[in-house]
Amino acid sequence: MNYSVWSLLRGALSGHRHWLPAWRTPTPKRTYDVLIVGGGGHGLATAYYLAKNHGISNVAVIERGWIGGGNTGRNTTIVRSNYLYPQSARLYDFSLKLYEGLSRALNFNIMLSQRGLVALAHSRHDLDSMSRWVNAMQMNGIAAELLTREQVGTLAPALDMSLQARFPVLGGLAQRRAGTARHDAVAWGYARAASALGVDIIQNCEVTGFVKRADGRVLGLDTSGGRILADRVGIAAAGHSSVLAKLAGFRLPVTSYALQAMVTEPIKPLLDTVILSPGAGAYVSQSDKGEMVIGAGLDLFPSYAQRGSFAVTQGVLAATLALFPSFGRLRLLRQWAGIVDVVHDSSPIIGPTPVPGLYINCGWGTGGFKAIPVGGWTLAHVLATGANHELAEPFQLQRFITGRFVDEAAASGIAH
Amino acid sequence: MSAQRLKAPAGAWIDRSRRVTFTFNGVRLTGFQGDTLAAALLANDVRLVGRSFKLHRPRGIYSCGIEEPTGLVDVGRGARRTANVRATLIPIHENLVAQSVNCWPSVGWDLAALIGGFAALLPAGFYYKTFKWPSWHLFEPTIRRMAGLGRGSGQSDPDRYEEVAAETDVLIVGGGVAGLSAAVAAAQAGAKTTLLASGAIPGGALGWRGDVEATELLEKARRLGVRLHSRTMAFGIYDHNLVCACETIMPDGSDAASGGVLRERLWKIRARAVIAATGAFERPMVFPDNDRPGVMLAGAAEKYAHAFGVACGQRVVIAANSDSAYAVAKSLRDVGVNVLAVVDRRPPAMIRADSCDGVRAIAGAAIGSVSGTRAVRGCTVIPLGGKPERLQCDLILSAGGHAPTVHLHSQAGGKLRWLDESAMFVPDGPAPGMASVGACAGVFSRGAAADHAAEVGNALARGLAPPPAPIGGASDERVRGTMGRGVSGAGRSLPGTHVPGTPGKQFVDLQNDVTLDDVALAARENYRSVEHLKRYTTTGMGTDQGKTSNINALVAMGECTEREPAQVGTTRFRPPFSPVTLGLIAGRRVGALYRPRKHLPAHAWHEAHGAWFEDFGDWRRPAAYPLAGESLEAAAQRETAIVRKTAGLFDGSPLGKLEVFGPDAARFLDLMYVGTMSTLAVGQARYGLLLNENGTVMDDGIVARLGEQHYWLNTSSAGVDRTAASFEEWLQCEYVDFKVAVTPVTSRWANVTVAGPRAWDWLAAAGFDPALAPDSMKHMTLRESALDGVPLRVLRASFSGELGYEVNLPADHASALLERLWAYADRYGAALYGVEALQVMRVEKGYIHIGTDTDGTTLPGDIGFARAMDRKAAEFVGRRSLLRPAATDPDRLQLVGLTPADGKTLLPVGAQIAASPPPALTEGHVTSSYLSPELGRPVALAMLTRGSQRTGERVRVHHLGTTIEADVVKPPFIDPAGKRVHG
Amino acid sequence: MMQLNCPWCGPRDENEFACGGSSHIARPGLAASDQVWGEYLFFRDNPKGVHRERWRHVQGCGQWFNVARHTVTHEVLSVYAVTDAPPKLG
Repeated sequence: MNYSVWSLLRGALSGHRHWLPAWRTPTPKRTYDVLIVGGGGHGLATAYYLAKNHGISNVAVIERGWIGGGNTGRNTTIVRSNYLYPQSARLYDFSLKLYEGLSRALNFNIMLSQRGLVALAHSRHDLDSMSRWVNAMQMNGIAAELLTREQVGTLAPALDMSLQARFPVLGGLAQRRAGTARHDAVAWGYARAASALGVDIIQNCEVTGFVKRADGRVLGLDTSGGRILADRVGIAAAGHSSVLAKLAGFRLPVTSYALQAMVTEPIKPLLDTVILSPGAGAYVSQSDKGEMVIGAGLDLFPSYAQRGSFAVTQGVLAATLALFPSFGRLRLLRQWAGIVDVVHDSSPIIGPTPVPGLYINCGWGTGGFKAIPVGGWTLAHVLATGANHELAEPFQLQRFITGRFVDEAAASGIAH
Repeated sequence: MSAQRLKAPAGAWIDRSRRVTFTFNGVRLTGFQGDTLAAALLANDVRLVGRSFKLHRPRGIYSCGIEEPTGLVDVGRGARRTANVRATLIPIHENLVAQSVNCWPSVGWDLAALIGGFAALLPAGFYYKTFKWPSWHLFEPTIRRMAGLGRGSGQSDPDRYEEVAAETDVLIVGGGVAGLSAAVAAAQAGAKTTLLASGAIPGGALGWRGDVEATELLEKARRLGVRLHSRTMAFGIYDHNLVCACETIMPDGSDAASGGVLRERLWKIRARAVIAATGAFERPMVFPDNDRPGVMLAGAAEKYAHAFGVACGQRVVIAANSDSAYAVAKSLRDVGVNVLAVVDRRPPAMIRADSCDGVRAIAGAAIGSVSGTRAVRGCTVIPLGGKPERLQCDLILSAGGHAPTVHLHSQAGGKLRWLDESAMFVPDGPAPGMASVGACAGVFSRGAAADHAAEVGNALARGLAPPPAPIGGASDERVRGTMGRGVSGAGRSLPGTHVPGTPGKQFVDLQNDVTLDDVALAARENYRSVEHLKRYTTTGMGTDQGKTSNINALVAMGECTEREPAQVGTTRFRPPFSPVTLGLIAGRRVGALYRPRKHLPAHAWHEAHGAWFEDFGDWRRPAAYPLAGESLEAAAQRETAIVRKTAGLFDGSPLGKLEVFGPDAARFLDLMYVGTMSTLAVGQARYGLLLNENGTVMDDGIVARLGEQHYWLNTSSAGVDRTAASFEEWLQCEYVDFKVAVTPVTSRWANVTVAGPRAWDWLAAAGFDPALAPDSMKHMTLRESALDGVPLRVLRASFSGELGYEVNLPADHASALLERLWAYADRYGAALYGVEALQVMRVEKGYIHIGTDTDGTTLPGDIGFARAMDRKAAEFVGRRSLLRPAATDPDRLQLVGLTPADGKTLLPVGAQIAASPPPALTEGHVTSSYLSPELGRPVALAMLTRGSQRTGERVRVHHLGTTIEADVVKPPFIDPAGKRVHG
Repeated sequence: MMQLNCPWCGPRDENEFACGGSSHIARPGLAASDQVWGEYLFFRDNPKGVHRERWRHVQGCGQWFNVARHTVTHEVLSVYAVTDAPPKLG
């Protein structure tokens, strides 16, 4: 059924009884063409693009908990494509472009809010780094601006603009097309659209093993709901990728860490853009509800606990107050953590695994949300065709052997 | 007048002899000392307090505590304005200023309330279904303007916060009878015991009773040395039993002196065992228009009556789903409030005959409608199968049962189970490191709670397993007597606090305007998981975090989807239990104390000599010493010219310094550096690169040999900590049999550098040992020396390209040496120079700066070290990685020099090199760039693909829309033979 | 925030320490193949369960030690010397 103001009007007159389930709850079939492990944004997008782009709709998404319940629902909802390297820029800008058309493509308002992202420079060295960053983005065909200190102050008046500040604001880098999107809506929108195209979404179903042929090729999955067969399987499980890889019999160059995010109580609008300070160590935006959404670095030890260390919370909020001293009296409302899949070069892995027929999308680390559309698009491509999508070619497992990294973080000194 | 003050003895917590004046929405009102703002507003018959988040419906005070969903106000003035303060928590005081949130122009005439007229168009998640065409961008600004509740001050918080760490054996959270009993027992068993109570007055939720038992327990706890912290709310339990709590020193809205005051204190308490005694919240009843001002929690009305002497209404109807309703009815009647009826949702069989005691009970009935928009004027009661009856009332109380405050238990990883009889989630056994007692464990009988709490306190003090809570077995006598010792108990409740099928807006979450219809819609659309329910409808997402709504929402979802509450489950509770300020959590890590800067030992000396300081990493360093009216760039040019002509004085103290000792020191350094350090003779020095295991250049610097088993290492300022840590890791974890000690000495030794053609003359004039003269001390050697008894380590090395002496000396002598040298400066026309001039000079010389010309992808071969590696046969860290295909790729970026083709235009740092303007495939970028005063033209360093093969090529450099042509050259730009450094 | 029991300094808060990742990883020599070298550098078990890892008491004695820790509950099951073989647990 179509979502529109007219369907809402109809609902208003009928007590909203006409709405149908956003996605079906089917009984799993015994066999599918493709199985996707992981009902987060990446997995659901993969299923959707398999059906939409490749006409493969005999697909099931197997989700251990509830869809969108992992990192998709635990991030700071930032979308951007401000990358240095052409390979990354192509990948992430393709994603941003998909985001730009997603609400209409999915007939589900994901509330893409392109209010811009400003990275702050706190020293002349930072300004030089940002100059490289802006020029590289422009080379990559992505609009970016170097902002003066005054321009930053105008965009975000709540910032401490004193030159005596511990992290004085000397300028910044802006990507105006960057912004935020409603994270849950991305998962639900893809789920609804995929389900409408015939994809089965199986929640509360845990993968317990991989069924393999004698020659090692994947044949399906053993799950808490029984055996489900398919000769092509895709994994999109972020921080839990290593757990699934182990079940499938191989290892990944991934370490799982907890990444925290938090929100304050809602207050009247104070901050209209996303502010990122690599130097102070925080990023902050204000949601459409009025909450300040705050994120920062990792808890620097391996963890699968979705809690986050209080020591890191303290550091992040101290960083936030260094930028926005007036936030001291705001209250922290919720704090949580997602388990992110960190690899050496902070770039993704999208492609085949050592197990024939098994493909993976992981390694997004702290930045998976913005890549959901392209992560799904490219994983769907390799699942459907057996060949890597051109955008995914630089992002293969093999680079950890050859050393051909796409190391954004190392190049920019900024966590990506 | 419906609400009013009651006569004493009602009002145990107020002092009627002390009137307090305060301002609410611009109106001066009075209350008594001891009142909360909510109590005082109610006493003044102020019903309408705020507006709801989405529909801007009028709302009043709903509770008497931390769970308050609607009574939110902004308090204070100026920089102390504090948003979204619960009126139920702040004491009033003279000059308190409070304002309703989320309304304009006023709470009475709120323009946005017009939205309410379109409520039918705005079901849960309506925004996902519309605003897509033509674009969300068109609608978002309007929606954003409506967002938020209160208004922030917009000014820097003037107040202070502090943090205290503590340890204890047993920590009790909650100051009620259960908590006190546990504390007394734990202390009696010899445990170091600490108790946190969120209220000002111990005694817990029923503290207003001031009963003998609680007072005695408190006295006993004090005598036993229990550490008691009142006004201290535990908001989180973290790994390994760390409980964090907020102690309120200055309540919100307090008028403090103009300077900062200590506002809150963060307690971080590490406890061997934690006992949660956090009580329970009352569950509201759900019925049409149950959000009207004048509908509130029954327990709250009881507390307002007894503790504050405020009758919240004169004609009271209680909507009930629990035995507790009757206790409240009697308690109110005792202070003279007229209770018209208890409208009990439960069938007659579930209601204890003895509980009614003269109160009119309408069993199996529900409230069908409420009249009055800004204040309750009456309601309709619909008995099961009977005729509706209208009651003229001015207060409707909700007694839907209780929800144990299991937050800490759940945060600690404890599981929950559904107790059907009382319709509540209770802890399913203890959580790791924690046990629950009292109402939060589901034990509502006061006697049973006290006994169980004491057993738990005793057991945990002795390191034994805590006994299970006495609940769940109807045969348990201790539980049966819920009214046993005169306190209301949980009693029996139905899961649902609403009657299915009743029409009208029935609110589940008052703050976020989530109704039963919204829950049903979520169920219909398959947002059935409790997490989806929460996210789709926003129930429980408000500032009250669903303390009054979570259970009702999930029970309603269960009914819609034919599941038991246990099957629906709860969302996982996360810290904070109740919102806490960012200021509290950051504590003293604010201003200059957040990541404190490092200062030079001679900072004051430089300040006095006109230094222009800037941040370089964590260091505050002189960038230059500008003359009056001189720009930083001009100063650096002047300083550079002087150093090249005569001499300059530079403070290089931030330079990283390590000493490495031991019989295996030489062998170890050979493994760490790309270069070979074991072949250095004593007194010799050599430049070296440090890689990580991935082959990436991490740091560089000079290594000098002080003795057979003793090396002196310089690293970059930013890299020294990382390098020292990496050395330790290799020594302790890999080369464990090496006898080597690494000592970081950066702060111990200052570095005063004299460079320039007259450098030695200057030093000699200042009295330095003639043995250090250039003819007896070669470039890249180190001598230990002394000046007036101060030990010196003098390294002849140069980052400027001139004759250079780096004089290392104990940090506290740095200022004296600078002063001594400076006294001779005029003799040579010498100058002080800063980091900026040093950068100019090192670029002229083509010396790299780690982190500027290199980044985390640079390999030694990229910066001209291919031959150095070829010369070394032995293993070193990172070497194997340099054999991988990527490392030998001919297209790698390599360090080159660039000069502008026009000889004039500065090549901006960060500019990209490409054949055509953007968008284009980049071939590299400019890393360092300065105007060379000696050459009178700009010079630059760059990383360029296949750079080493491209000398002489003309390239295009692009920066923010401009293109500059440049020539690739081989650095250095000056003195290629290095005659100057060798003197 | 965890508390780790430094073998030399006693129990201290997590933020005094730095985690150095998995322990018991054998370092291959220069002759190792690209495959073996790449696996040594990057490919780890990354278990959801007990992880044997090394920590350094950075803000204290500076010493490295091994910890067997559960990556979900963060329970510390064993603290042992860097040079010790991994202990058998439960």
